[in-house]
Amino acid sequence: MVERLSPLEPDFHPGSHGNFEHGVDVILTETRPGSIVQLAAWPGEEKKLIAAIRAVTGLALPDGAGGGISSGGKSVFGFAPGKFTVADDAEGLAEAFAKAVGPAIGTVTDLSHGRTVIRIAGPKAEWVLAKFFAIDFALPAFPVGSGRSTAHHDVFAQIHRSGTDQFDIHVFRSFARSFWKALCHASEEVGYEVQ
Amino acid sequence: MLITCPYCGPRDVIEFTYQGDGNRERPEPASQNFEAWNAYVYDRLNPAGDHNEIWQHSGGCRSHLRVVRNTLTHEISSVAFARGDHGPRRKMEGKS
Repeated sequence: MVERLSPLEPDFHPGSHGNFEHGVDVILTETRPGSIVQLAAWPGEEKKLIAAIRAVTGLALPDGAGGGISSGGKSVFGFAPGKFTVADDAEGLAEAFAKAVGPAIGTVTDLSHGRTVIRIAGPKAEWVLAKFFAIDFALPAFPVGSGRSTAHHDVFAQIHRSGTDQFDIHVFRSFARSFWKALCHASEEVGYEVQ
Repeated sequence: MLITCPYCGPRDVIEFTYQGDGNRERPEPASQNFEAWNAYVYDRLNPAGDHNEIWQHSGGCRSHLRVVRNTLTHEISSVAFARGDHGPRRKMEGKS
């Protein structure tokens, strides 16, 4: 397998930055999953696709729009009706789903090299993201495990809440460095650490 | 203006793209009825009040939506997926 280079490289500076004299309130990092796929079910075939997701990843999707779950290095969340994003720390997700999801059920799109996943974690993660996205980040409205599709100045973002104070933001690889720089600027006021 | 996407919930209008008048009836592609084609391309109700519209949640789940918006107040009285049950359609006045 060809080694993947991070698009953030020239602007990825590990260490503490911004106003961190009183502590670091968010940690920014790139999760670099081995594989990312998008799955789409034809209308009426959603249940079969959800069963295939369970068979391949072992993850049982909760009901409801934007529902999701993560466990053991794998995560899945709905981002549109009948459409799901699956990420895995290991490679080979697309090949596994190509076998499990036949053309009668839906489609499998390998985005492992097409998306960059930026993680923001810490007590001020909601505060920083609220400056970017006009959606409700409160826990009752955006439960742990679930996903949201939104955009920041035409940069599409799929946000997966992977913890109470932790969000994984899937952005197009080509926009990732620009978004990363904006996220760093927005995090300066609370003090951030790049890991 | 907020549009409540059936999938994503209430979102700002900047996430949506207007896809046009929702009252239009596209004739069969092979139709030779030029009056019907003319009505499809040019005739608009332009109401002062509730208006059937097609919007796309282009900055979110990308679903196409059937929206009823009041052109005077911008009040959105209903939002549904355009796919599936399209619901009752208003006919163009004077056209069949």
